[in-house]
Amino acid sequence: MHHIQTQKALRKKLLSLYFEANAGHIACSLSCIDLLIALFEIKTKNERVILSKGHAAAAMYTILNSTGEINDSTLSTFYKNGTKLSAHPSANSFENIPFALGSLGHGFPIGCGIAYANKLQKNNENVFILMSDGETNEGTTWEAAHFAVAKKLDNLMVLIDKNNLQGFGNTKDVLGETAAKAKWESIGFEVIEVEGHNIANLIFGINELKSKKNGMPKLIIANTIKGKGVNYMENKLEWHYLPMNEEMYKKALISLDENYNA
Amino acid sequence: MRNEFSKKAEEIISSNTKSVFITGDLGYNALESIQTIAKERFINAGVAEQNMVGVAAGLAYKGYETFVYSIAPFAVYRCFEQIKIDVCIHNLPVYIVGNGGGYGYGIMGATHHAIEDIGCLSTLPNITCWVPAFKEDVAYCLIQITAEKKPAYLRLGLGKAYPEQIEISPINQIIKAKIPKITIIALGPVVHNVLEAITENDNVNLFTVLRIPMIKFSEALEKSISETKKIMVVEEHVERGGLGEHILSFLAKKTITKLEFVSLHAKGYPSKLYGSQNFHQKESGLDVENIKKELNKLFAL
Repeated sequence: MHHIQTQKALRKKLLSLYFEANAGHIACSLSCIDLLIALFEIKTKNERVILSKGHAAAAMYTILNSTGEINDSTLSTFYKNGTKLSAHPSANSFENIPFALGSLGHGFPIGCGIAYANKLQKNNENVFILMSDGETNEGTTWEAAHFAVAKKLDNLMVLIDKNNLQGFGNTKDVLGETAAKAKWESIGFEVIEVEGHNIANLIFGINELKSKKNGMPKLIIANTIKGKGVNYMENKLEWHYLPMNEEMYKKALISLDENYNA
Repeated sequence: MRNEFSKKAEEIISSNTKSVFITGDLGYNALESIQTIAKERFINAGVAEQNMVGVAAGLAYKGYETFVYSIAPFAVYRCFEQIKIDVCIHNLPVYIVGNGGGYGYGIMGATHHAIEDIGCLSTLPNITCWVPAFKEDVAYCLIQITAEKKPAYLRLGLGKAYPEQIEISPINQIIKAKIPKITIIALGPVVHNVLEAITENDNVNLFTVLRIPMIKFSEALEKSISETKKIMVVEEHVERGGLGEHILSFLAKKTITKLEFVSLHAKGYPSKLYGSQNFHQKESGLDVENIKKELNKLFAL
């Protein structure tokens, strides 16, 4: 399937999940779903994508539904009592969801542990950690960043979904540019900045970066748009939280058809 | 107990290549030989406890049993959420080792004391807390911890040797009176104060509890409680969430009636003054003299 068709199809699936569940965090998932599409095209079976921005769980569930790991009937339980698919990922249910995440700042240290273990096992696996830009406010981000550099974890790649909005304001206004390229380079990360909604570019960038076994951990700053693909949600803080009513849902689907017209 | 710990940990690290040792930049004059033996399986994670526990969870997920070492307060409180979510919820074999539990770091001050550690951790799923009382208990606890392969916390202190060697178990009877009148249950090395307080006494049964949560009372402890009906718990831990409350929750489910129960426990900083471990024990009434005094009161009841 052409990437644009995948982007549209998975977004439609994602919106249907949120609509059925009457749930929020829609824009957060739309912001990073392209990163997940690219990562799941690249990663090998044993490699893990740690969704540290756990509030985008629905995007991960949608991807795992497309790969067959989460079947349709399980997917339809999203948000319901008795589900394995809570709003933030829960533990011990799916191979590609190895950790419960959702309290920000946990995925990066865990990823460092996995990367260190991969080094001990000499297995050539990478670990990918998907973070939000707001999450770089967390102190553990900086503990883990220095750890990754000091321990030369060049099999570790952090992807920052840089949509410039966080829970209650613009990222630059809250704690400043904690996801700035120069900051991470000065610590010792090998950094590239990419447009975060172009799958081909993302795949190229991730592949190029991960091939560099030079002792430096990697960072992709993906410039993204919160709510990408649904015009009325794009760059709007409120869509971090709001659920859609039926009218909004229909409008969102029309928006996707217009924006992803291959 | 730090030396007993590092000696046993060396054995474990050298015999199990799927073990990793992480320190939060502590262990001078204690962990050097582990570092030498473990090579790349020894990690100094720096002064960054939250990351250290997350890293341990990642390693454990990939099949490594992981020790995480710091002084007790730093190993527990700063990284409590990492212990809860990353380690306990996933039931991973991460072993938190806290040196100097209780008032162990004495004059270092309140930042360096851990008098709420067991209470905090014992609310979490899957984790077992181990509190050695005598120095020989350390190796026993480590054997249990590595056999269980699940989250664990080991609280180290200043332990002396057993007065006479016993077969160690999660609950141990240290002193067996001919005609027992009082049952004392102690947590950790504060048991040495109890031993000193009862030297002239021949009707006290003394027990230590190494494992919290307890699975059940030992037969001997249950018998002693029903015979004496007078219990004293001594612990260098606050009352909330400590051994005393733990014992009471067990007793509530039993039919032993008319019990006298005394809890001697850490009281924080009642005079707002600071000093050695002994000073703080005295402030909390955990010193030899006060234990004697409380025992006499209990005998008189």
